[in-house]
Amino acid sequence: MEKEKRNNLIMTFIAIALVYLVVFILELTLRPTSIVFTVLRKGAIYSLVAVSMNLLNGFTGLFSLGQAGFMLLGAYTYAILTIPTEVKQSDRVYRYYDAVINFDTGVFVALIAAGLVAAFFAFLIGLPVLRLKSDYLAIATLGFAEIIRAIFQWDVLGPLTNGANLLREFKDLSRITLPFSDIPFPPTLFVFIVAGVCILLVVLLINSSYGRAFKAIRDDEVAAEAMGINLFKHKEMSFVISSFFAGISGALLAMFQYTVQAQQFRTMLTYEILLIVVIGGIGSISGSCIASFLYIALSEWWLRGLDMGTFLGINAPELFRSGFRRLVFSVIIMIIVLFFSKGIMGDKEISFERMKHLFRKKRKAKGADA
Amino acid sequence: MEFFHQNLSYFLSGISVGGQYALIAIGYTMVYGILRLINFAHGDVFMCAGLMMVYLSSTLPFTITIPLVLLLTVLLGFVIERVAYMPLRSAPRMSVMISAIGVSYLLQNAALYFTGGLAKVYPEIPFLSNSIVIWDATTRVVTIVTPFLTVVLVILLTLLIKHTKIGMAMRAVSRDFETSQLMGIKINRVISTTFMIGSLLASVASLLYFTNYASVTPTSGAMPGLKAFVAAVFGGIGSIPGAVIGAFIIGICENIIKGGASIFGIPGSGWTTFSDAFTFAFLIVILVVKPTGLFGEKAVDKV
Repeated sequence: MEKEKRNNLIMTFIAIALVYLVVFILELTLRPTSIVFTVLRKGAIYSLVAVSMNLLNGFTGLFSLGQAGFMLLGAYTYAILTIPTEVKQSDRVYRYYDAVINFDTGVFVALIAAGLVAAFFAFLIGLPVLRLKSDYLAIATLGFAEIIRAIFQWDVLGPLTNGANLLREFKDLSRITLPFSDIPFPPTLFVFIVAGVCILLVVLLINSSYGRAFKAIRDDEVAAEAMGINLFKHKEMSFVISSFFAGISGALLAMFQYTVQAQQFRTMLTYEILLIVVIGGIGSISGSCIASFLYIALSEWWLRGLDMGTFLGINAPELFRSGFRRLVFSVIIMIIVLFFSKGIMGDKEISFERMKHLFRKKRKAKGADA
Repeated sequence: MEFFHQNLSYFLSGISVGGQYALIAIGYTMVYGILRLINFAHGDVFMCAGLMMVYLSSTLPFTITIPLVLLLTVLLGFVIERVAYMPLRSAPRMSVMISAIGVSYLLQNAALYFTGGLAKVYPEIPFLSNSIVIWDATTRVVTIVTPFLTVVLVILLTLLIKHTKIGMAMRAVSRDFETSQLMGIKINRVISTTFMIGSLLASVASLLYFTNYASVTPTSGAMPGLKAFVAAVFGGIGSIPGAVIGAFIIGICENIIKGGASIFGIPGSGWTTFSDAFTFAFLIVILVVKPTGLFGEKAVDKV
């Protein structure tokens, strides 16, 4: 048994390593503007934020809708820290204000800072808000995200946030280099590594004793408290950690998009991520990842034709005009929510054991037929 | 007095917006009272009523359009409840809430598709759109009509709930879902009626609101919806007079903040975005200080 467990672990690592190898090879061979990279990058970023939301909604049972707000904090922190000093002092970005932060940091420091700022705000907001019950918590966190968005657009904070204007010229994905050199780093691989490390940390957390405490709280608060779990402490911890990773994914999103504006982080973004989590299965990390890639591939690539006039060879510009893709999408999502509420994975994870099991079942079924 | 006179236009629009929020808030508070569900799609139903008005009034006269819009919105509310919420009656509360978010996403995307993402100009409804001058402040008739109409509708609704059979059933269901089912109340009919009343009031609110704002976009229902929800929480969720009072208070405060620069002489623009933030800050404060709201009943947690 012990040996089988170890074998499975090794197999999982090999599979993950293979994924990274494939990404690396794709990056060397395909032309860099290929749609595949858009899908892979955005998919990885959405995976991270979906996993961070799943940690809250799926594993701790806290229905929070503040993810867009924490992503905004992360994106702005990253962008403000990495805009080069000479750009800050010129009129290229801060045209109407004098920038207050007159230094710039490296990518790594800025990414960590993005997470920390989001986590710090989560800590503050969590103190009052986490005492609330399910739907009140949802609405309070939603409200908090809106407040953050309003504050970041306020012109009095202009010297810091550039008001309602765009932030750009920070170190986006095209400007990443290997540490201490000028050799460009493959951007997609970079996104995969950052998102992968973060997701791995979440997985380790969930399998630790803290993770078990989170699940206990999700299943029954009263019982968990009776077993000696400090409810508030664990909820706050889950909230802060989830926001930390949401902040990092916000920073990655900023790098991916090349520009940041508070307007992008609307409630709609949170809804989208929540729906991804639901599609993947509430309480399944691998489900969230699969659903993110699927969602992004569908919306950015495979269903593109629905917006462009021709889909599957059918040419109907009247029907297939801009916005039709999202309409089709929301109908699909409603069907999943209503009829397949477990999502792709339910609360299970992908593992070799399950796959083996599945294959064996199929083989048996075939044998019965013959 | 001088102060009040100078800033009359802010107070007037505050009261008017408050009345519109009140009509939306009633829909939230009634649904929450019965199903314990935040109907995230309610704000979008309100927006859809606005869009229907835009499209229908381009071909039909107002005497037909207005009743038709009211009817269609009621139908929309009914269909949403039957399709998206009824199948999940025995599911955990989180699934129902996710379904509500899904409906909201669907309605917004549908609106985005049909409008092509452009802001649609709301038709000028004769009489309501006329401008009048009150005590040196120019405003539209709708601003004056709204609070009175709101009060009349609320009184009618209260009479309905207090003195009719369906009203009694509603009160029973919101008190105890399961027991009222055992007493022979047709629970689905009661819930449908609740949604229909909520949608009717939301479509009246959309008539009044968009006449003032003059354009409808796919996301223009989201903010009023959330604010109305805050009003419902402030008044004590489940309580209709609470929702109305909460809505008026929020409407007035919001407009005072919008006029902040001129009223208090504080520098800086961008106060409009802050009026939104105020609402949510207010919500968090209420939830922390007095989660049951002004008139809400204290819920007893049973283990």
